[in-house]
Amino acid sequence: MADWDATATLAAFLAAAAGLAAPLALAALGETVSERAGVINIGMEGSVIWGALGGALGSLAAGPYWGLAVGAMAGCAAALVFAAFAVHLNTDQIITGTAVALGSLGFTGAVFQSRFGVTGVALELETVPAWELPFLSQIPIAGPVLFDRAVTVYFVYVLVPVLWWFLFRTRWGLALRALGEAPEAAQAAGVPVKAARTLAVLFGGLLGGLGGAHMSLVHTGTFSENMSAGTGFVAIAVVVLGRWDPRGVLAAALLFGCAEALQFALQAMDVEFPYPLLLMLPYALSLVALAGGFGRSRAPAALALPWPKRPA
Amino acid sequence: MGATIRTAVQSVAALLATLALAAVLLAIGGHSPVEASSALWHGAFGSWNRFASFTLVQATPLLLTGLAVAMAFKAGVWNIGAEGQLYAGALAGAAVAVSFPGADGASALWLLPVALLASAAAGAMWAAVPAAMKTRLGVGEVITTLLMNFVALFLAQYLVQGPMQEARGVFNQTDEIPAAATLPALLPGSRLHAGFLLGVVLAGAVWLYLARSAGGFRLRAVGASARAAEASGRFAARPVTWLAFLVSGALAGLAGWVQVAGVTGRMYEGLSPGWGYTAIAVALLARLNPAAVVLAAVVFGALSAGGGAMQRDAGVPEAWVRGTEALLILALLAVDRGLKAARRRHG
Repeated sequence: MADWDATATLAAFLAAAAGLAAPLALAALGETVSERAGVINIGMEGSVIWGALGGALGSLAAGPYWGLAVGAMAGCAAALVFAAFAVHLNTDQIITGTAVALGSLGFTGAVFQSRFGVTGVALELETVPAWELPFLSQIPIAGPVLFDRAVTVYFVYVLVPVLWWFLFRTRWGLALRALGEAPEAAQAAGVPVKAARTLAVLFGGLLGGLGGAHMSLVHTGTFSENMSAGTGFVAIAVVVLGRWDPRGVLAAALLFGCAEALQFALQAMDVEFPYPLLLMLPYALSLVALAGGFGRSRAPAALALPWPKRPA
Repeated sequence: MGATIRTAVQSVAALLATLALAAVLLAIGGHSPVEASSALWHGAFGSWNRFASFTLVQATPLLLTGLAVAMAFKAGVWNIGAEGQLYAGALAGAAVAVSFPGADGASALWLLPVALLASAAAGAMWAAVPAAMKTRLGVGEVITTLLMNFVALFLAQYLVQGPMQEARGVFNQTDEIPAAATLPALLPGSRLHAGFLLGVVLAGAVWLYLARSAGGFRLRAVGASARAAEASGRFAARPVTWLAFLVSGALAGLAGWVQVAGVTGRMYEGLSPGWGYTAIAVALLARLNPAAVVLAAVVFGALSAGGGAMQRDAGVPEAWVRGTEALLILALLAVDRGLKAARRRHG
């Protein structure tokens, strides 16, 4: 019996980990593209929370699948504001991103309260159903964990190899990375720096928005203020830990998912552990990982620098 | 002086533009901008007592955290972690204060200064982690200071639910701090406390240091370009970076304890509504000038005090104010870039 319990606990733990990792992976993969192009977007947190609210509103209006689309577009819109300032006006990327994140947390709360009242019962949303893939979902443990999932999770499976191939095996990917390493050289080679960086940021926002929509439409089935809970911020740490490579980023996101899912496993095993310390774990873990040498991998050389260079 | 006036005009212009945009957004959101702004004005400036007891009281933690951010940004240290440093300071100050229950009278005069020092030290320690990671390991402080915020928040949650919870064990808060640890009232009949005065004095001190001392010059030089400062061969950038982190953290730590000692009397989970983040807007509105941080903090204190009144009297969610703060940051950035570009074009 003990063996059976352990298996069930492990399966539940892994299922929770994969579910929690999905929005983080989406946001972090989006941030990877943006940072490879030389733009650090702390406003990713804003894309995630707009994605969660857009997903909720879209789902109420037209069903959960439209919700995912609206969420992704909402995340993209937040990224557009960021790009307009940080890329086109060439304002400081870090301060601009912080402002977009804070403004998004404020305005999503304002829109939500204006639409649903200050103290309402929790919003109930129709969630995106899981697709049980034939045969694959029958594999013991891994089957239900990996192949009985919502479409957003399958999207991550496809996205990681495609993004890797795009970044490291195509000319466009090379051009994008050139934007992050040496924008002058990219410009000399005929790449329109601002336009291309804007596209990279918008794509990142799209993924962040989809991650947010996953939170409201797959994971929780509701929206609450600040529900992004720092996912967009942690995504930036995940990109560093994953060394700006989609494969590493996915691995790092899964590690975080496991850290977050630990609370469920400990509950199942009847281990008493202070809840706030469990919630702290992913953040503390990323600090330790950054200190442990993962942060020393080289960032794109032009990351967060103004372009064109500002005169002194 | 001309430059100071010009930046002041820019700041005011950005502020007015932001308020106008916020009014338009309110109208789109189905609220009456006139009603909302009238409620906000009355909430912040309605009477002398409202101004002192609400606007200035709200401005106090913003003043201290705003100074923290301005000091760090001046040195090129992107400390986004004032929120976490504030919580660390509040926890340390409260821990010291509640260890001496019943401390009162002349024999316990030492308690308040010790608690103030403890909070500053804790804030500095909280900032020392990202400082060490930046200077020794080369890990950027933006992400580490942000992550430290979450660690502090959950640590505070854990402590006030567990080891530091009040003796009755009902609410997630500490015991009431003893009388000797509270900050005295500044104006009789109002809630304004000596913490505001402390903030103003510290603003003057930081201004003097930055503008008039050799250390301040070094700090500004490193902030302008760490590489150029190193290349000058006159001094190393690393100790300057450390100093900026530690002083910034200490100021933010003070903000947390000053709020407990001057207003709440207890430490609890949701002590700060995000002052450490609003501080970024405060510092930018003040153009990183420590003296101007006082004014900028009062502006944001008014927005915050007025925001509460706006929600109560005009039914406009307070979250609007938080969004508006971010708009102001963007407006300031845009004004700054736009004017620089114009100056370049016209020589």
